Amino acid sequence: MPSSTAVDLHGDSSLQVEISDAVSERDKVKFTVQTKSCLPHFAQTEFSVVRQHEEFIWLHDAYVENEEYAGLIIPPAPPRPDFEASREKLQKLGEGDSSITREEFAKMKQELEAEYLAIFKKTVAMHEVFLQRLAAHPTLRRDHNFFVFLEYGQDLSVRGKNRKELLGGFLRNIVKSADEALITGMSGLKEVDDFFEHERTFLLEYHTRIRDACLRADRVMHSHKCLADDYIPISAALSSLGTQEVNQLKTSFLKLAELFERLRKLEGRMASDEDLKLSDMLRYYMRDSQAAKDLLYRRLRALADYENANKALDKARTRNREVRTAESHQQLCCQRFERLSDSAKQELMDFKSRRVSSFRKNLIELAELELKHAKASTLLLRNTLVALKGEP
Amino acid sequence: MAAEREPPPLGDGKPTDFEELEDGEDLFTSTVSTLESSPSSPEPTGLAEDISTNSNGPKPAEVVLDDDREDLFAEATEEVSLDSPEREPILSSEPSPAVTPVTPTTLIAPRIESKSLSAPVIFDRSREEIEEEANGDVFDIEIGVSDPEKVGDGMNAYMAYRVTTKTSLSMFSKSEFSVKRRFSDFLGLHSKLASKYLHVGYIVPPAPEKSIVGMTKVKVGKEDSSSTEFVEKRRAALERYLQRTVKHPTLLQDPDLRQFLESSELPRAVNTQALSGAGILRMVNKAADAVNKMTIKMNESDAWFEEKQQQFENLDQQLRKLHASVEALVCHRKELSANTAAFAKSAAMLGNSEDHTALSRALSQLAEVEEKIDQLHQEQAFADFYMFSELLSDYIRLIAAVKGVFDHRMKCWQKWEDAQITLLKKRETEAKMMVANKPDKIQQAKNEIREWEAKVQQGERDFEQISKTIRKEVGRFEAKRVKDFKTVIIKYLESLVQTQQQGQDLVTRY
Repeated sequence: MPSSTAVDLHGDSSLQVEISDAVSERDKVKFTVQTKSCLPHFAQTEFSVVRQHEEFIWLHDAYVENEEYAGLIIPPAPPRPDFEASREKLQKLGEGDSSITREEFAKMKQELEAEYLAIFKKTVAMHEVFLQRLAAHPTLRRDHNFFVFLEYGQDLSVRGKNRKELLGGFLRNIVKSADEALITGMSGLKEVDDFFEHERTFLLEYHTRIRDACLRADRVMHSHKCLADDYIPISAALSSLGTQEVNQLKTSFLKLAELFERLRKLEGRMASDEDLKLSDMLRYYMRDSQAAKDLLYRRLRALADYENANKALDKARTRNREVRTAESHQQLCCQRFERLSDSAKQELMDFKSRRVSSFRKNLIELAELELKHAKASTLLLRNTLVALKGEP
Repeated sequence: MAAEREPPPLGDGKPTDFEELEDGEDLFTSTVSTLESSPSSPEPTGLAEDISTNSNGPKPAEVVLDDDREDLFAEATEEVSLDSPEREPILSSEPSPAVTPVTPTTLIAPRIESKSLSAPVIFDRSREEIEEEANGDVFDIEIGVSDPEKVGDGMNAYMAYRVTTKTSLSMFSKSEFSVKRRFSDFLGLHSKLASKYLHVGYIVPPAPEKSIVGMTKVKVGKEDSSSTEFVEKRRAALERYLQRTVKHPTLLQDPDLRQFLESSELPRAVNTQALSGAGILRMVNKAADAVNKMTIKMNESDAWFEEKQQQFENLDQQLRKLHASVEALVCHRKELSANTAAFAKSAAMLGNSEDHTALSRALSQLAEVEEKIDQLHQEQAFADFYMFSELLSDYIRLIAAVKGVFDHRMKCWQKWEDAQITLLKKRETEAKMMVANKPDKIQQAKNEIREWEAKVQQGERDFEQISKTIRKEVGRFEAKRVKDFKTVIIKYLESLVQTQQQGQDLVTRY
C-alpha cells in the first residue's frame, strides 16, 4: 500500500522513515524501521532498528500524554496486527471437508494464503504511515521519544499493557467522556470562536457517520469476497462434469469452468481493491477524526480550566486573598488555552485538506480500478460466449 | 371458446346453430347441441355416417377428415377427451386415479356408447396423422403460465395461475387459448401422465414439488417479499414443467394433457393432497419400491443400459454438488446487494455531513452509484437463480424420473423372470401329472402352461418394448439436455456481461 495514501509528505527529506522489512513470527510481528536523515541530532545518516507493535503504542501514548502536544492532532496509533480470523480459516480448511477435490483444496488454500499476506501487508503499511506522519509534522518530529524510538538499537523493553493498565486506560476514557459531557453542559462556558463551534458539531457528526460507513464498507467487501470464493466449488464441479461428459457439452462445461476460475480472480481483486481504497481509507479517517475530536476535547478542557481560573481569580479578588497565585494561575490557563486554540485551528485545517485530498485520490483510483476490472471481465465473458456459440 | 368456432364451409344451417352457442356455454354442451340440432348438415352427418358404418374402415372417415379436417379434429378431440375417463382402461393397464367424471359427460352419455366404438378409430387415425405431421420438426406450441391470483381466503385459499397456449398444431381447436389452473391441477396432470406412461418406459417430466410452508404463508395472506418470491418461483417452475411436457411427442397427444390445457373446468384432483389417503398410499409404495430395488438383482445383458445407468448416477451426484454451490452463490450475491445498499446509505449521510462541497458532492454521487450497483447485483442474483440454479434442480428431478424409468424396466424384467419360473414349475407339474396319469389334472396343467407361456411371451415383449422405449427416450433426453444446458449457459453469460456492462457505465459516469 503506497504510503502517501494518508500522508502528505511535505517534500521535506531531512527525515525519512520507512519500514523496510517485516517478519511475522508466531505471535508477533517484527518491523524493521529504517531511517535516513541528515539531521545533526542523529549519530549516523542511515540506520535501522527492529520494533514490535507494543513499542509503537508506547510511542503513541508518550505523545498523547505529553502536555506540549496538547494542541496537536496526534496521529492515531496503528491497529494491532490481527491474523486470528485468517488463521482460523486456514485451520478449518486443514481439518476440512473430504468432499472437496484436491484442486479445490489447493485453490482455497491459495486464497487463504493470499488473504493472510494481504493482512500482513496492510498492517505494515499502517505502522509505516504512523511513523511517516510523525516524521512529517514539524513539531512532532522533534520529540525526544521519537528519536529514541528510531535510533535506540536495543529493545525498548516496553511490555504490552497488562490488564491493570488496560483497565486503567479504559477507565480513563470513561472519565474523559464524562468530563466532556460535564464541560459542555457547564453554564457560562461559551464558545467564543465560531470556527471551533462549527468544527465541533461537524466532527462529532462526521465521526459517527464515517464509522458507520466504514463498518458497512467492510461488510460489502466481505460479501464480495465470499462471492468470489463461491466460484471455486462451482468451477470445480463444472470441470468434473466436463470431464465426465461425452458429448458436445463437454467442451462447454470445461470452458465454463475455466471462465469461472478467471472470474473468481477478478472478483477477488475487485473485493481487495474495495478494501484498500475504500474501507481502509474510511477506517483511517475514522481514527483520525477521533484524534481530532480528542484535540478539541483537550482544548475544551483548557477553556474550562481558563474559565475556572477566571472565576477563582474573581473570588480571590473579592476576598482579597491569594490574588497573586490566582492571577498567575489564570494567566497560565489563558496562555495555554490560546496556544491550544491557535495550534488546534491550524491542525484542524490541515486535517480537512488532508482528508479531502486523500478521499479524492482514493475514490478516483477506486473508480478507475473498478472500471478496469469490469472491462476485463466483460471481455472474458464475451470471449467465452463467442467460443460457446461457435460450437455446434 | 364456443364463440370463436368458425362455421365450417359446408352447410348453411350451421351459422344459426353456432350463434346460439355464445360464450359462457360449456364447450361440450355446444358440441352436443350442434350435433343434435343439425343432423342435416354434412359435418355431423359425416360423423353419423362414421358411426353407423362402424367399422367401415378408413375410407369414409378419411373423406370427411380431408374435407373438414380442423373442425372435425376439434370435435374428435372433444369427444375423445370426454371419453377419456372411460378410455382410460384402453390406454393403461392400471385403473385410472379416481377422477370425478366431467359433468358434460353425463349429458353426452347417451351418445357415448355409439361413439365410443368409432372414437378409437378416429383417435388412432388422428394420432397417427398427427405423429406424421409433428414428427421430425419443431413443435409449434408455446405455453405460458402467468397471472398468479389468490382465490379464496384463509386455509382454503389457493393460487390460480393462467395457462396460455399458443399453437398452430391442428389437434387443438384454436390457435390461442387460456385457462385457469391451480397447483393441485398440475400435480393431478402429472400423476395421470405418470400412471399411464412411466411403466411403459417414457420419461415423464416431474412436476414442481409441494411446499406446505410456502403455501401456508401465501394462504395466510402475508404480503411480504418472501411469499411473492415463492409464488414467482412456483409460477416459473410450472411454466417450465408444462413446456417440457408438451415438448414430448407422445405426451403431447395425451388427451389428459389436452384437457388440461383446454377445458375451462377441471375436476379437482383430490388425491394429490399431501395428507390424503392416496398420498399415504404413494408413500407406502415408494418404500416398497425402495426395498424391492435392493433385492432385485438383474442380469444386465445389455451393456448400454449398464453404462447409461452409471452415467446417470454420476451426473446426478455432480449436478447436486453444482446446485449446492450455485445456491451459495445466489445467497452471497443477495447479501452483497443488501450490504451495498446499506453502504450506499451511509455514504450518502457522510456526503451530507462533509464540509467541503466538492467532496460532499462526490460522496453523494458515490452513494447513488453504489445504490444502482446494488440493484444490479440483485438482478444478477435473480438471474443466477432462475436460470442456473432452477435448471439444475429441474434436471436433478428429471434424472430421478429417469432412474424411475430404469427401475420400472427392472420390475418388468422381474415379472418376466417370474413368469418364466412359474412356467417351468407348471411344466414340471405337467410332467408329474403325466407320470401319475391323471387326465383331468393333465388338462388343467396344460391349460396353465399355455397361460403362463402366454405370460412369458407377454413379459418378454413388454421387456423388449420398454427397453426400446427407454433407449429412444434416453437419446431424446440427452439431446434435449445438451440443448437446454447450452441455451441456459449462454443466456446466463449474456446476463453477466450485461451486468458488468451496466456497472461499467455507471462507474464511468461517476
